[in-house]
Amino acid sequence: MHIIVNGEPKQTKAETLPALLEEFSLDPKTVVVEINGKIVDRSLVPTTSLAENDTLEIVHFVGGG
Amino acid sequence: MQALSELFAKWPSERRRDVYENASKEQVLRVLDKQILDPMDFLTLLSKSALELLEPIAQKAHSLTLRYFGRAVNLFTPLYISNICTNQCRYCGFNAKNHLTRIHLSVDEAFQEAKALHDVGHRHILLLTGDAPKLSSPSYMADVVRAIKPFFASIGIEVYSLTEQDYAMLVQAGVDNMTMFQETYDPTLYEWLHPVGPKHDYHYRLNAPERAAKAGMRSLGVGALLGLAPYEQDTFATGLHAWWLSRSYPGVDIGISIPRICPHEGEFTVNNAVDDRHFVQYVMALRCFLPRSPITCSTRESAFMRDHLIPLGVTRVSAGVSTAVGGRGSDTQTSEGQFEITDHRSLSQMIQAIHDLGYQAVIKDWEDPTATNSACA
Amino acid sequence: MEDALVLGGISLQSRLFIGTGKYASDSLIPEIIAQSGAEVITVALRRVGMQQEGVMDHIPKGMRLLPNTSGARTAEEAVRLAHLAKAAGCGDWIKIEVISDTRHLLPDGYETCKATEILAKEGFTVLPYMNPDLYVARSLVDAGASVVMPLAAPIGSNRGLQTKEMIGILIEELDVPIIVDAGLGSPKDACEAMEMGAQACLVNTAIAAADNPVLMAKAFKMAVCAGRSAFLAGKARVHGLGQANASSPLTGFLR
Repeated sequence: MHIIVNGEPKQTKAETLPALLEEFSLDPKTVVVEINGKIVDRSLVPTTSLAENDTLEIVHFVGGG
Repeated sequence: MQALSELFAKWPSERRRDVYENASKEQVLRVLDKQILDPMDFLTLLSKSALELLEPIAQKAHSLTLRYFGRAVNLFTPLYISNICTNQCRYCGFNAKNHLTRIHLSVDEAFQEAKALHDVGHRHILLLTGDAPKLSSPSYMADVVRAIKPFFASIGIEVYSLTEQDYAMLVQAGVDNMTMFQETYDPTLYEWLHPVGPKHDYHYRLNAPERAAKAGMRSLGVGALLGLAPYEQDTFATGLHAWWLSRSYPGVDIGISIPRICPHEGEFTVNNAVDDRHFVQYVMALRCFLPRSPITCSTRESAFMRDHLIPLGVTRVSAGVSTAVGGRGSDTQTSEGQFEITDHRSLSQMIQAIHDLGYQAVIKDWEDPTATNSACA
Repeated sequence: MEDALVLGGISLQSRLFIGTGKYASDSLIPEIIAQSGAEVITVALRRVGMQQEGVMDHIPKGMRLLPNTSGARTAEEAVRLAHLAKAAGCGDWIKIEVISDTRHLLPDGYETCKATEILAKEGFTVLPYMNPDLYVARSLVDAGASVVMPLAAPIGSNRGLQTKEMIGILIEELDVPIIVDAGLGSPKDACEAMEMGAQACLVNTAIAAADNPVLMAKAFKMAVCAGRSAFLAGKARVHGLGQANASSPLTGFLR
């Protein structure tokens, strides 16, 4: 499946959000995901699936002042 | 912004009394070192200890006055247009129970009076009426204002409490200044002093300046009639009220008037007469607390006192004063005055006196550039 | 003496907020927090997979997180970042930071006000970073800001309280707490701001860029405490000023 993650085109076999995060070695508890401009509520992450051409933003907290 | 009532609630009379009695001289001197004063600092300057430090307080008040106002003193004159009044304020010459000539000027008569004042040189005028809402209605006031507007750069009103809509109408008509004396900030004493009539409502009067501010009034004046409540109570409350207004309505000029009741006015017994030293202390404390606020001194005070208060903080004085209705125009009838005046100097005498003090008398200050009919000014 | 700073319903004992940026190693952060005594700590949001590692592993539980909207150039972007931060599950405090001038990194007052209004209405506790301008500050308060956070000097400059006069005016005029943010270069700057009546200080670069950040964190803690205590204590008089003159030129007329 073809998707865009943080501005970059990606090919993935993951069909769900948890599977994709695992593929990227990301802990779902430390990131926030936006799919096609909509924030995915934490509680809905386990049941969120992906579709062809989805655009994802995956962000996390970093150092800042 | 916190409500005015919340602010007053923080300062119950016992707390005011305590600071007034117990602030130390050291605390007073510390306040004089500060640039920005808070209400506690103001009260400290009103304290008994501060009364013994009048000269250093005077130095600060003088330098702040020079910094913010330069050597300029604004002049104005009052114009009483009606002394018909439904109130029975126990201390007032216009008390409804008093037998005196009652006059209500027609718009045309008011015009004649105003023209006479204009012709001797006045450009700032303060209109006064009694509290008779049917006769001296807001629309009557607006009619007078529109009629006399061409004569003056500034028209103020000192009338009974109005609604926000009425204030807006008067602003529209050409009023730029509203003065409202609370008389006393002690609600119980207030109700006793104003037993009947519309003025009996303490809170409606207290909130009048705020309604005027919301209505777009350019400048406001507040004041307590000194001598009614204990010294520290009303002096502090007046400053607090002005401070709160200036913080809540930073676009509005907030001034303070300092009327002091004469101890022998009519049959009214003055329980808390303010002597000269306390009076001067109050003016200087106001100047230190509210360095940018105009302070107005009327002809209730003597020429001697007024002249000495100018370097200490007073920036606005009246001239050519009459507290009677009528008599300054050509053929109008004259009433008795509201109160005895002690400085009878004419406009030209005031200008000279201010000049002799090393100051400039400002006859015409700001004028609304959008006003269309200033041809006569 | 009880002297808590209450913000968004939370009672804080520490008046030093610290940032988490620019450390040589994020592993220093727990010790920085311990030595600074801070209860509030700022973080930023970035895309994963970029150069920066996540910082959350280094922040102890129980800290109050203050996410910022750094990177936002418009109100809309700041609002979006605030929503993402909230979705990350770290509460509803947000430090609004909208900067579109990359040369001086000064905050955009107009866009900051717009973002403040939107987020305050949504229920966020909004802490806007701003240039200390009285009119902007009043607009922010009207828009629902819980505090205002004026800069002491350009961000990261360590130049100290360059805007002292203007911050003094904000302290005088506003009813909300003033938290001095950005530019505080050394503990004496934080102390001075607190003595003036600021309610708290936010410090990042001055700690992170010190040779010994842990020791500097402790120094800022003490400076903020000292300044706060001095503010509450009422300073003794500077002698030589406000003294009575021997003669009484202004009040001699009173007998």
